[in-house]
Amino acid sequence: MAFLEVKEITKKFGETSVLKGVSFEMEQGEVVSVIGSSGNGKTTLLRCLNFLETPDGGSITVGGTTVFPTEKAKEKKETNGLNFGMVFQSFHLFPQYTAIENITLAMDVQAKERIKRQGLKLLERKAALKQAKAQNEETAKTLLARVGLENKMNNYPCELSGGQQQRVAIARALALSPDILCFDEPTSALDPELTGEVLKVIKGLRDEGRTMIIVTHEMQFARNVSDKIIFMADGVIEEIGTPSQIFDDPQSEKTRAFFAKASE
Amino acid sequence: MEDFLEIMTELLEGFGNTIALFAVTLLLALPLGLVLAFGSMSKFKPLKCFVKILVWVIRGTPLMLQILLVSFLPSVFGVATKDIASALGLTVADTLFFFVALAFVINYACYFSEIYRAGIEAIPVGQYEAGKVLGLSKRQIFSKIVFMQVVRRILPPMSNEIITLVKDTSLAQVLGVLDLLNAAKAMVNKFVVLTPFLYAAVFYLLFSGLLTILFGWLEKKLSYYKV
Ligand SMILES: Nc1ncnc2c1ncn2[C@@H]1O[C@H](COP(=O)(O)OP(=O)(O)OP(=O)(O)O)[C@@H](O)[C@H]1O
Ligand SMILES: [Mg+2]
Repeated sequence: MAFLEVKEITKKFGETSVLKGVSFEMEQGEVVSVIGSSGNGKTTLLRCLNFLETPDGGSITVGGTTVFPTEKAKEKKETNGLNFGMVFQSFHLFPQYTAIENITLAMDVQAKERIKRQGLKLLERKAALKQAKAQNEETAKTLLARVGLENKMNNYPCELSGGQQQRVAIARALALSPDILCFDEPTSALDPELTGEVLKVIKGLRDEGRTMIIVTHEMQFARNVSDKIIFMADGVIEEIGTPSQIFDDPQSEKTRAFFAKASE
Repeated sequence: MEDFLEIMTELLEGFGNTIALFAVTLLLALPLGLVLAFGSMSKFKPLKCFVKILVWVIRGTPLMLQILLVSFLPSVFGVATKDIASALGLTVADTLFFFVALAFVINYACYFSEIYRAGIEAIPVGQYEAGKVLGLSKRQIFSKIVFMQVVRRILPPMSNEIITLVKDTSLAQVLGVLDLLNAAKAMVNKFVVLTPFLYAAVFYLLFSGLLTILFGWLEKKLSYYKV
């Protein structure tokens, strides 16, 4: 059984079928890039994995546990790790918090809930929370160092460049150590000279063995970084394979047409 | 000189009532307005409809009418004000103040609710989604992420409304509540001089001026980040 199994995911918005049965598998430590022309449902697929949209049908299994469909959505929250993390095209950092606060926020909330469940006395609880917060801050600093921003930890998002904001967003997504990290066109909102620094960070994560799904229009990057490429067309996976299979020897007519158009 | 002292004592007593009405209204209408705002955005249609109609009626009719209505309503059911007073263990004057405050709280909660709603709806959906993918609950997203952004957004319209409230308190006199303006009027009648009005104006100006400074300071304090 593969680490992630996505089976026959369907999603409709009103009358329009956006995902018409998407199935794929990936193993832990693999990097999968999703490519395809605009409006083909790439973002919708990532949003379904992250439960920002509820699929109409199909199933999602992570590490042998079915995360969709499930009646135990609430129970899931109790566990510490998250199945999926998400990095958005336009960052969505919290503007009122500094870079480091953006990262510690969810960790602190989680620590607070965990400590609450332990049923400690007020003072013990306070002490435990304080300790957890200090620990989270250390974790956040390490994460910021990893994306090369340890010197910006006390800056607010509005004081950072787009590339720096996106790197903070990546660190934020890593904070809860999700099993699978999703990126939705992480460099599309950036000036061309800033895409490099973000792609470099993602490459670094690949080298650490992170499991990632990356929706991207950066073909060269997808080719370099991925174990597998998924080409989506009209709400289904038209073709899936290794980068050289997809880029050098596409089998599908639609894939060939897409590359022909892209290279124009 | 003695006249001046009497005028001042009377005015200060009235000012005390004005401030009390102002404080009670703020203290209750600010949270109630937030509750109404959630009601007006509810997915539960009947609740949403009820709140929308309530807000429409309250904002579409004079506050003075609402005060009169609240005070006359019990008598429609054959209950006199003094009966209510003894039931609540209050003096008649306090009961009238209570009626006025009730009307003020409802009225201002409706105005505040619209300000809250506009503020909440202006928060980009991406903020909620970013919270959700970090595993935060709806409540946590609102309290940790959205609320402070809303406060910052609504501070300017809120301060406007609150400064209007300072002046609206003078409507309390329709029920004979001894507010600042009512006290001034009484003194003008008693001593046949206009100066009490002037003093009252100064009190109002000082109060609203103080609030203006306070809100200006708050706005500055909250603008440590750009959106
Ligand atoms: N919330 C929604 N309501 C209605 N239609 C939607 C919604 N979200 C997406 N769609 C539609 O679903 C289709 C697929 O959208 P999606 O964003 O998944 O495409 P995409 O492959 O990510 O495109 P792009 O490369 O431009 O980002 C589009 O036609 C879009 O209009
Ligand atoms: Mg997209």
